[in-house]
Amino acid sequence: MTGEKTVLTGVHFMSGDIACAEGAIAAGCRFFAGYPITPATEIAEHIAARMPKIGGIYIQMEDEIASIAAVIGASYAGLKAMTATSGPGFSLMQENIGLAAMTEAPCVIVDVMRGGPSTGQPTLPGQQDVMQAKWGSHGDYEIIALAPSSAQEMFDLTIEAFNLAETYRVPTLVMADEVVAHMWEKVVIPPAEEIRIVNRKKPDMPPEKYMPFMPDDDLVPPMACFGEGFRFHATGLTHDEYGYPRTQSSEAQMRLVQRLCDKIRKNADKIIRVEEQMLDDAEIVVFAYGIVARAALSAVKKARQQGIKAGLVRPITLWPFPEKHVARAAEKAKAIIVPEMNCGQMVREVERAAKGTHVYHIPKLGEEPHTPMEILEFIRRHSK
Amino acid sequence: MTEAVEQHPLSKYLRAAMMPHIWCSGCGNGIILNAFIQALDELQINLDKLVVVSGIGCIGRAAGYTNVDSFHTTHGRPIAFATGVKLANPELEVVVISGDGDLFAIGGNHFIHAARRNIGIKVICANNFNYGMTGGQVGPTTPLEAFTTTTPYGNIEHPFNLVHLAAAAGATYVARWTTLHVRMLTMSIKKLLQRKGFSFIEVISPCPEIYGRRNRMRTGLEMMEWFKKTAVIANFSDPAKAEINLERIVVGEFVDVQKPTYEELLHNKMAQIMKEGEEG
Repeated sequence: MTGEKTVLTGVHFMSGDIACAEGAIAAGCRFFAGYPITPATEIAEHIAARMPKIGGIYIQMEDEIASIAAVIGASYAGLKAMTATSGPGFSLMQENIGLAAMTEAPCVIVDVMRGGPSTGQPTLPGQQDVMQAKWGSHGDYEIIALAPSSAQEMFDLTIEAFNLAETYRVPTLVMADEVVAHMWEKVVIPPAEEIRIVNRKKPDMPPEKYMPFMPDDDLVPPMACFGEGFRFHATGLTHDEYGYPRTQSSEAQMRLVQRLCDKIRKNADKIIRVEEQMLDDAEIVVFAYGIVARAALSAVKKARQQGIKAGLVRPITLWPFPEKHVARAAEKAKAIIVPEMNCGQMVREVERAAKGTHVYHIPKLGEEPHTPMEILEFIRRHSK
Repeated sequence: MTEAVEQHPLSKYLRAAMMPHIWCSGCGNGIILNAFIQALDELQINLDKLVVVSGIGCIGRAAGYTNVDSFHTTHGRPIAFATGVKLANPELEVVVISGDGDLFAIGGNHFIHAARRNIGIKVICANNFNYGMTGGQVGPTTPLEAFTTTTPYGNIEHPFNLVHLAAAAGATYVARWTTLHVRMLTMSIKKLLQRKGFSFIEVISPCPEIYGRRNRMRTGLEMMEWFKKTAVIANFSDPAKAEINLERIVVGEFVDVQKPTYEELLHNKMAQIMKEGEEG
């Protein structure tokens, strides 16, 4: 091994995409398969330069479908694996994200959101894929999705994504946006020993006793990998605890799919992370994530200076949705304001959780995120 | 006096819990699976280091029937999945067993790129000229004028010549047999398993229930008789001229060359980069 460091401990000036790549490496990712797409490409470029120096694999596949399929294969062969893409590529990956959910393959998918639909605005930000993150593949399933707001969080939350993927054997998404990906900021990388790393739990029984999809009490099965002598089968078909197809059994479908959903739903309180600001007496609550949350926080602070009791709910975990946090904030609030870079996606979840409190959406499409003044204007209007 | 044999000598290669299999009577998939496990047995392959990957379709079940680490992927993606497996752990022997529709329609792009890169995965394609599991629709290898459920007036699409395609894309071992050529097929699978680079065998396989009965070959036997009557062994002939039609099926080995595999090039490059890092 060279003197090349796997964890670049220190204070850096980095773009979000590069911080994401470094976060993956620090988390132990040693396999990256991807296909170039703006504005996620720099993640691949940086990993292509770094991986060979630390004994990891980078491969540019022929398309996004191949990329995610290779990632699932690498995960089953024992490596922590990741891909990074943007809206159109994310759409292409959906079928195999379902495969990863069904076969419980831990992996990380970074989606740097740009304007859509279709080819849309490749170099401009959006938050238009957040519902695709939850519902993109067919069938019922649960994933985990995180939304970074800064280059630092591109680093931190990419590590967190790997830890969650390994803990719950679930594809975990980092839902960034073009601004967070391309902005250059200070990023502090801690010493390796201070970074919390989680590895998938392994079977502790002999191969003949191993049932690859028999869950423990936490609803997550221990994971053997190819080549370890367990000789197991995995399939995207509905299967039993042995991994054998049970395509005609309604009982097997209910048991498996319910568990795949429950292992996330029942652990939601452990998974969900939310930043809450000035909520104690907040009458006007702003709900914002990703880059928009930074303008929202600024607007809330300005509102406070003007005597308006404003507060912020910033979901770091988009999925599972932080329903309780929103409900709690809504109890005291007159209104919840949801600035989003789309025509109305997460706002519907907020409405559902807010139960009767007025929810107002500030859509924004195109060139730039909401400004603090735009959000402040809304706060002032609804505080009267 | 000999002792009674309680188990078939090859039963350790199969998952008893997955039996009975789903294949129709007269289907060639069992012959292909049998040739495969026969080859594993003759080579005494380390079963703990073998991974069998399939896509969707009748032959896609072969992965589950083989008693090794196995994965049944989405439609068309077994080669892409296998690429991740092979690169993540190059010590594993990774074999893709899948069908003509899976590998060459929806998965065509993955096939040519894996061949181009010369990733050391081995591909066995069961070609039954149609989509059997979904009820017999036209596929990328359906012969001209053949009848399928979606070509009720006869197929007007020119089919792929798979061995020509594989050779042109860069596969280092390319062969074609029918399920009548069991010994040659087994010999060929043994060679495939011993090659380092991207290797490919096409097996022409009878599908009497779904394809045959629409094309004047109602039984497996009739389809095998077609193979017997028309198959011509032409080893190392031009794959471009290896035709398949009602009068002539050209079989044999077409390509057997060596060139550096992707994983060799990758690991050499990594070693070089690490060395420069140490010196620098």
